[in-house]
Amino acid sequence: MQTETAPPPAASTQWIGDKKAQRSKVFDAFFSWATFAASWGTVALLVWIALQVGYAALPAVKQYGLGFIVGREWDTNNDVYGALPLIYGTLVSSALALLIATPLGVAIAIFLTEDYLPLKVRSVFKFLVELLAAIPSVIYGLWGIYIVIPITTPMGNWLNAHFGWFPLFSTPSNGPGFLPAAFVLAIMILPTIAALSGSALKTTPQALKEGAAALGATRWDVILQISLPIAASGIFGAAVLGLGRAMGETMALAMLVGNNNQISASLFAPANTIASLLANHFGEATGLEVAALMYLSFILMALTLGINAVAELILERTGATTRHL
Amino acid sequence: MKNLFVLTILAVLSICSVQADTITLNASGATFPAPIYNRWFAEYSTAHPDVHINYQGVGSGAGIKSFTGDLTDFGASDAAMTDAEMAKVTDGGVVLLPMTAGSIVLSYNVPGVTGAIQLPRDVYPAIFLGTITKWNDPKIVAANPGVTMPDLPITVAYRADGSGTTFNFTSHLAAISADFKAKVGSGKAVKFPVGVGGKGNDGVAALIKQTPGTIGYVEYGYAMKTNLPMATLQNQAGKFVAPSPDSGSAALAQVDLPANLRAFVTDPTGDASYPMVTFTWWLCHTTYTKPGVADAIKALATWCLTDGQKLAPDLGYLPLPASVVTKVQAAVSTIK
Repeated sequence: MQTETAPPPAASTQWIGDKKAQRSKVFDAFFSWATFAASWGTVALLVWIALQVGYAALPAVKQYGLGFIVGREWDTNNDVYGALPLIYGTLVSSALALLIATPLGVAIAIFLTEDYLPLKVRSVFKFLVELLAAIPSVIYGLWGIYIVIPITTPMGNWLNAHFGWFPLFSTPSNGPGFLPAAFVLAIMILPTIAALSGSALKTTPQALKEGAAALGATRWDVILQISLPIAASGIFGAAVLGLGRAMGETMALAMLVGNNNQISASLFAPANTIASLLANHFGEATGLEVAALMYLSFILMALTLGINAVAELILERTGATTRHL
Repeated sequence: MKNLFVLTILAVLSICSVQADTITLNASGATFPAPIYNRWFAEYSTAHPDVHINYQGVGSGAGIKSFTGDLTDFGASDAAMTDAEMAKVTDGGVVLLPMTAGSIVLSYNVPGVTGAIQLPRDVYPAIFLGTITKWNDPKIVAANPGVTMPDLPITVAYRADGSGTTFNFTSHLAAISADFKAKVGSGKAVKFPVGVGGKGNDGVAALIKQTPGTIGYVEYGYAMKTNLPMATLQNQAGKFVAPSPDSGSAALAQVDLPANLRAFVTDPTGDASYPMVTFTWWLCHTTYTKPGVADAIKALATWCLTDGQKLAPDLGYLPLPASVVTKVQAAVSTIK
């Protein structure tokens, strides 16, 4: 498989003049300095943003302390702020979206990497899936309002009428809520999960697959026992990146989640997320509410950072990295 | 090559000289009057090519912030400015100019009911408090003789984003219902005990259209353009009045504007007055240091108060009563 690369002819350096060598040395130094600055600049920017947000949140942190995280009210008139329903809404809507999008995304990735289709057809499919990522979030929101909600509402009401004793169906659906929000969110993170899982699946060595097939494994066996286990860490990474995107998604959720700061087990109940509340309230916020909103953004940052860190840890434990992504 | 260079210099110079004669006014604020402002500014710029106006509908609160931070030449707000906010404007004072007005309506989706539903004064605050929960509540049935109200739960739709519309709506409800004042209060974003939140007028309108049994508040102009049904409301005099430019203007005419031109029409008197109306304001400095800006704003405001008012009914806004225009005009002339 490996091809031998011929060693460069020793004489070749003599053809390059000293001046040129000097120039390339300067260029190298400059380039390494530039990459160094760019990479540390990114880190510095992140720290700076976190500090800035933290500083702006200080008045609210002093006023409410950790009680902010478990508070259930968001009452601008009385300056009572609590983040629990928002944290709950953010986590539940993202988790639901992930629950829908991961199996779907991995299925798409398998379909597009395992030679089911001629290459030409495959690239059309791949392009279409990736196109989903190019649709602006507000369009997803509108689509959710006019297409998804009219489908989920009667469905929710029927489930509530017949299976209302089940906590997930305990409220009737009055339009926006967890279900339409999670469904649209799932489609939004689908291209991320499909594309990254696809790249992970592609890393399975062809020799292993061919070897398994030679030993009598069916295509199904190869996918389940060779490709998926090898790609597992990559797929996990894809899901975490999808989760990160879902948690920060704003516009579509603001349009679909119902914007009601309550905690309800029901899939059909309106709820609210951190990003959605930020988008809705920031324009008109004054005084302590601005600090409370900053506190909230800080929590969102910490949540996404925490989830990514945990994912990274798990990946390292399992001895795999997401480097090939 | 040399010719080209000279030509470029000439071109740049000519652009500069054109710019020197043109005045650009930057403004931002309320979204509620944004449609009429944009129409005004477009028509005014067509008639006066030397004046260019950028208006951004970013919300009343953001408009006040930009104006206070001197990022804009004038601001716009549905809730005027509080005394505390005005104190923060450092250079000179603030002139508040009511420029147009609008009504807020209750739109609903009640299958089988064709005519306008009549809602008494004690009923609609209770709906938004969640104490009246069915469309066939005896109080609603009693107010609508001859109409069969369905046995349907009421879903409340409110604005999830902070807005001047919510401020004026809740101010009215707080004025007519002590219960509402105590439990919810008034503000740009309040905590409604029941319901679902939509983003913007369009978000609330979508909620109303899609779910039978929903009631929500939207601006009159928006409801008119999108053909949403509008409830007839009982005013302070006890009369049921439908929203219209006439009933809105009748309500505005009842108001006696104070010296600072800041008055909220929370509960207008008069038999023909529609109960939920509001002015919306421009926020201007008393003195402008940039040359030409003061004159440009004065000329623009004068045009909007005269020719501009004629455009209001078509766009769903209320033309200001003549007595109000006189007072605002007097305030405009004090800008230096």
